Amino acid sequence: MIRLEKRPTPSQTWAYLTPLVAVVATMIAGGVLFAFLGKDPIVAIRTIFWDPVFGEFAFYYRGQLLVKAGPLILIAIGLSLGFKAGIWNIGAEGQYIMGAIFGAAVGLAFYPMEARWLIFPLMIVAGALGGFLWAMIPGILKTRFNTNEILVSLLLVYVAESILASMSLGLLRNPEGAGFPGSRNLRQYESAANNELIAGWGMHWGVVAAFIAVIFAYILLSRHIMGFNIRLTGESPRAARFAGVNPNRLILFCLGLSGALAGLAGMFEVAGPAGQISIDFNVGYGFTAIIVAFLGRLHPIGILLAGLLMALTYIGGEAAQASLGLPAAAIQAFQGMLLFFLLAFDVLTNFKVRFGREATV
Amino acid sequence: MDLSINPILLVASLMVASTPILLAAIGEMVVEKVGVLNLGVEGMMIVGAICGFAIAVETGSPAVGFAAAAIGGAILSMLFGFLTQYLLSNQVATGLALTLFGLGLSSLMGQSYVGIKPPSTPKLDIPLLGDIPVLGPMLFSHDLMVYVSLAIVAGVWGFLKYTRGGLILRAVGESHDAAHALGYNVILVRLAAIGFGGACAGLGGAYLSLVRVPQWTEGMTAGAGWIALAIVVFASWRAGRVLLGAYLFGGITVLQLNLQAAGVAIPVELLSMSPYLITILVLVIISSDRNRAALNAPASLGRAFHASS
Repeated sequence: MIRLEKRPTPSQTWAYLTPLVAVVATMIAGGVLFAFLGKDPIVAIRTIFWDPVFGEFAFYYRGQLLVKAGPLILIAIGLSLGFKAGIWNIGAEGQYIMGAIFGAAVGLAFYPMEARWLIFPLMIVAGALGGFLWAMIPGILKTRFNTNEILVSLLLVYVAESILASMSLGLLRNPEGAGFPGSRNLRQYESAANNELIAGWGMHWGVVAAFIAVIFAYILLSRHIMGFNIRLTGESPRAARFAGVNPNRLILFCLGLSGALAGLAGMFEVAGPAGQISIDFNVGYGFTAIIVAFLGRLHPIGILLAGLLMALTYIGGEAAQASLGLPAAAIQAFQGMLLFFLLAFDVLTNFKVRFGREATV
Repeated sequence: MDLSINPILLVASLMVASTPILLAAIGEMVVEKVGVLNLGVEGMMIVGAICGFAIAVETGSPAVGFAAAAIGGAILSMLFGFLTQYLLSNQVATGLALTLFGLGLSSLMGQSYVGIKPPSTPKLDIPLLGDIPVLGPMLFSHDLMVYVSLAIVAGVWGFLKYTRGGLILRAVGESHDAAHALGYNVILVRLAAIGFGGACAGLGGAYLSLVRVPQWTEGMTAGAGWIALAIVVFASWRAGRVLLGAYLFGGITVLQLNLQAAGVAIPVELLSMSPYLITILVLVIISSDRNRAALNAPASLGRAFHASS
């Protein structure tokens, strides 16, 4: 007979250990999955997790690591603040798209003016604003009409995707693009490009912003009253109300900030690695960031590490696709599995597992 | 401008367009009635879509395909059930995980099925009823699943309202502690409801891939599962209103497709985002009435149950 006994306080040790246990369990289960697909599991796992960092072509992949981790960390930091307080923004993908559209639109409006000191900062502001406004829709609907923010933010992703398609076919289409969908390439426009800061490192302004966001979130949560209110609301909404926390302000703050960060991520992506607004611009960073936030235990430093790990699965997945013919969808399933295992092993943080019959108290 | 939209065809295609969402929504309603919030509807739907499609193609029988879809959806939902009921994980996060995992798993399973045509699901030609001039083609010339979905709605309504089982189910959803104290097995009741919800979502997904589209493409549910979740809120957890909500939504979808085809001077993007916008609008209207929204929601919705606490 196996029983669960509630711990008086969550175990600190297990809180740190579960992500690691979950990663190991996912590797094993992933190995089984890959074996099912007719691939050698050991080789597949090594291709995904080892070769990109230490293998023969690591010099290329290491740069890609930061490129992928940047937006993931940036979005996940924003989401984690809301998740901590029980505010579920799961439409980061839509905010990411809107940030990219706003940022790119500002950049393209100035084309071909040469004034990087003006245009690039303006694009950053516009990107954050785009994501912020898009996240304010569920925020205001939640605070004014008590509408479920989970559903609204998610449904708005599909609306944002429609707007993205419309923009890349219409308003933002490259006038010299021979009628092909997609905007001008911002990377070829000196004043708006978000290029690598150090060649080969993958370090661009978006990654810098992600690191700043990590530090900012760390200070906010550990030193600032807003961070305290967020944690308090998450632990006990009633106690927070008695302590004078304004729930509506907290909702708007969490949604707005996570939207702005997701918008920033989109803007840096469109001006850098992606280069242009196109129909298939978004690749699901907004959804993977949810996994990153949980894997990082909703803690800024944890998210930094989780973002790097998740970026590794993206890059390793691409490598495995090229060298082993592993389907791209396998990595997506793999990432979903990781979140499952994490949530499953989390039981050890809050409960003790007891074997044998119930002891008399 | 020629608005040649045939009202008979509109109603007929409305019923077809609504069925996937209706199935998923009625299943999710039962799950929420029992006090569990499963946000993985989208994931279970798409896994059902590919399970049903693959099995129907392999066996040549859509009926077997639908059965497989229900089983696939139920198996996936058991993953959610195990995590939330036995390991007491956060329901919102676990549901999201289910959706993300389902989307990945389905495209993995569906790789060799892209671009294949499934065996066609026969339309029932109901004698006599089908021959009624206007109503016949509107209501009585669909495939079996349309009527199965209606039967499920009626069955759920009757079960919740008139049977002892329905009473136990609602009791668990309203207060799991009280139900536990009365000696009901809260976890088993919840697992059964979660399984039923998964099977319904799987059927809904299979209806998309086998009848509505009919084809397999990655991510083909395109938010249908989320709209089903919204319809449950819209319906304030009542079976009859789930039907109304799903058909209303199906009507809007069909109408906007017809308007696109008719070449109305509204931008295509605006039309294609209209179902989502209208869903949001409806959610706002329903939830703005705080008293009513709170009155109908199952009191234990989303709360984890642990016998010791």
